[in-house]
Amino acid sequence: MTVDSKTGADNLLKRVVTSPAGRAFLALLLVLIIGAIFNADGAFFKIGTHRDTLRQASVYGILACGMTLVIISGGIDLSVGSVLALVAVCCAQTAIHWNWSAWLVAPACLLIGGCCGGVSGFVAARLGVQPFIATLSMMVLARGLAKYASGGMKVSTAIMNADGTFRYVEVPRLFRVVDHRILGGNLSVVTLIFAACVAVAWVLMSKHRWGRYLYAIGGNEEASRLSGIPVVAAKTLAYVASGIFAAVAGICQAAQEQQGDPEAGMGYELMAIAMVVIGGTSLMGGRGGIGLTLLGVLTIGYLDKILSINAVPEAGRLVLTGIIIVVAVLTQRRRRT
Amino acid sequence: MEKTRILNDNRSDLRQKRSEPRSQRVAALHDEQTKTSIPHKNLTAIGHCGRLLHCRLNLCSNSMNGAQSKAETEAAVLVRVTGITKRFGNVTVLKDAQLEVRSGEVHVLAGENGAGKSTLVKILAGVHTEFDGRIEISGREVYPQTPLEANSLGIAVIHQELSLIGSMSVADNVFLGRMQTRGGLVRDTAQCEQAVHWIRQLGLDIDVRQPVEQFPIAVQQLIEIAKALSRNARVIIMDEPTSALNAPEVERLFDLIHWLKQRGCGVVYISHKMEEIERIADRITVLRDGQWIGTAAAKDLPAPRLIQWMVGREMDEQFSRRTLHAGGERLRLENFSVFPNGFSKNPAVQSVSLSVRAGEILGIGGLQGSGASELFHGWFGSYGSATRGAAFLDGKEVRFTAPRQAIESGVALLTNDRKASGLVLSLSIIANVTLAGLPALSPGGWRRPKRERETADKITSLLRLRAASLDLEAGTLSGGNQQKVAIAKWLQVRPRLLLLDEPTRGIDIGAKREIYQLMEEWTAQGIAILLITSEMPELLKLSDRIIVLHRGNFAAEFSRGKATPEAVLAAAMGSNPSAPSEGFQN
Repeated sequence: MTVDSKTGADNLLKRVVTSPAGRAFLALLLVLIIGAIFNADGAFFKIGTHRDTLRQASVYGILACGMTLVIISGGIDLSVGSVLALVAVCCAQTAIHWNWSAWLVAPACLLIGGCCGGVSGFVAARLGVQPFIATLSMMVLARGLAKYASGGMKVSTAIMNADGTFRYVEVPRLFRVVDHRILGGNLSVVTLIFAACVAVAWVLMSKHRWGRYLYAIGGNEEASRLSGIPVVAAKTLAYVASGIFAAVAGICQAAQEQQGDPEAGMGYELMAIAMVVIGGTSLMGGRGGIGLTLLGVLTIGYLDKILSINAVPEAGRLVLTGIIIVVAVLTQRRRRT
Repeated sequence: MEKTRILNDNRSDLRQKRSEPRSQRVAALHDEQTKTSIPHKNLTAIGHCGRLLHCRLNLCSNSMNGAQSKAETEAAVLVRVTGITKRFGNVTVLKDAQLEVRSGEVHVLAGENGAGKSTLVKILAGVHTEFDGRIEISGREVYPQTPLEANSLGIAVIHQELSLIGSMSVADNVFLGRMQTRGGLVRDTAQCEQAVHWIRQLGLDIDVRQPVEQFPIAVQQLIEIAKALSRNARVIIMDEPTSALNAPEVERLFDLIHWLKQRGCGVVYISHKMEEIERIADRITVLRDGQWIGTAAAKDLPAPRLIQWMVGREMDEQFSRRTLHAGGERLRLENFSVFPNGFSKNPAVQSVSLSVRAGEILGIGGLQGSGASELFHGWFGSYGSATRGAAFLDGKEVRFTAPRQAIESGVALLTNDRKASGLVLSLSIIANVTLAGLPALSPGGWRRPKRERETADKITSLLRLRAASLDLEAGTLSGGNQQKVAIAKWLQVRPRLLLLDEPTRGIDIGAKREIYQLMEEWTAQGIAILLITSEMPELLKLSDRIIVLHRGNFAAEFSRGKATPEAVLAAAMGSNPSAPSEGFQN
């Protein structure tokens, strides 16, 4: 009897350790335990800490959602950080300076993001350029467009008059809504947007035919093509989706900063990739999922927060984060059986 | 009994050898060779040459010739392998095979597809290291553990797919893995000079600083041979070297082989082309189903006898197609040509015409390079629009430029490599089974997991798939069960025409029988089948009619009962006088 229950527990532990979800969850749990121990005089147990953690991780998390789709299809999208900046600039320009309504600004921004994704998808999937190179080009190109659209300066609520003086306009309603907190100030709207992105991506990947196509293409592109799957269209759409998610992140970024910064989002694509990989999605394609990415986002988000509330300086924080990503990925690696 | 014991002894000896670190083993080997070569024990110690890396070929061959005149025939044996048995999982691909290569001979290794020729070569070349049996190289028992080690023992393999690095220069390729360095830096000039020397020996005049990929495949092959010679290879194994060559290039290769013979090298030559075998073979070893059938001088083994050796096996009477359900014409191809490498290159299939009726199995025979698989893929739309000719499906002219179009028209293609192009191994069985039929199973784009499961359940139980759960990854299944999943995927779309390319490759006998049974059932339902198989009994027993392709061309057609293994193989090897081959004449 006791032997049985022991093997039962062993099996459970084995299942948890061998499944990617179980391991990603263990990693998050470990980080949370570390946070509970090094709680910076109870700061870790304050609701505000968690609200801020989630708020800060949200923009990265939204990018990671799109990144997951592309990585599962066997590609990679390096352009999301630049697309974020381009959209942030355009969003600030139209909402602050041109005074467009929010109902016009948001779709226009999503369209811009989708187009950027469409171009890199076309180059990667249709023209057969390696995804790394195709999206690297888009990364540079979109950054250039962002600087061109903003004239190289931050697009803020300070508007220069003809005589060189500044006048300040009101922060547009779109920005105020996105940067708002609800539930008595305990939950950021940005976090809600992130949650919605996770939900949309999850539904697409696990309930829609297209999601199955992406898994199949990432697993074996040739077999997928010979099974009649529209490989080029499905892959291109993955990049389009990634661009749209990047646009959502761009709007959030602009709203939080109340300006459009053409230098925004530098290196965000790498953080998004790290979150996807820490979750356990394979960079080879074909394996992984949005749920895993959510765990990866929370892991890195909390790790960063715990280091910062313990007053670890930024230099040390970056070094530690780098080490922890490698360790996490090593434990995630599939063992050959 | 006695033999088994010896085998076992060898085996334990081998294990002992393997347990030593490799460097030690090689060093020991070299010591032995040095010892043997000092007293005039005629220079059969080919590994000895392997030590003298800079030894010029003419120098080496002079001493060889001198040695050869003294040598007895037996002493001229360069390589002898005996009692080789090799298993992959529970499939035995070689059983007690043997091969002996003498100095100055072209030894043809013959056998049908899957007879075990390539496996035997790979064992000799140090690719496969787990096997039973004995390898003797110049009288010493040696077990090369890596291709590099086999190289240094004087064995070089010119593979069908060349092992050159296209972006590197000719000289760099010749010295790949043993660069000449001084103080850690590559001595480029010295390498180039020596590379030029070796290249010139082959009657080739090219710039050795150019990257290899710039040269045509025939020149690349010569570069590969130069690389082998520069390593003092004494046994050169050529695995279908002429498959990508045109007639003058083949002539040049044969001249070169003659030159190699004169210099005392042994050439092992694998070919499916009768005219080549008749021309260059000195001795022939025949393998069949992984077993050694015999070795004979080429003059004692004329074509009919050779073919008989290759096919003469007991027919398995267990499976036999019972009934012919033939209905109306399902598919007709007229002058169909396929250009997988673009219209400017040679077609893989040239002006082939065929027809198959509903409920009929048309077998397509042919050896490697016959173009049968390319015919399937070309018509199925895998190569886009790189085809010529007309196709009629149920009387209606069709032309597929993407697999999707073919699938929507009720055509299914079971590819010959389930891992590379058949299954998505990282997906579940359900996902694989429903992959091709997903549009119909997910109206409006939203999937119906329950319906998918029911469909997959129904089809897999029909195929008697043995799996603990349909949620298992396809990659975790055995070969036979994977093949059933691949077949299930195509049955799920309810095809009217099945293109089966090697449906029983790499699966055990029980699963094979089940697939034969299923084919019987499908034809009873009126499905037409085009069948490619490299197993002769399968082709003869299952097909209602057989057409044979040779190098992309139609070679012969046989009706059921008229086809004999000898006649089919003769046609496939291009020795059928009624259908002259494209071999050397073009």
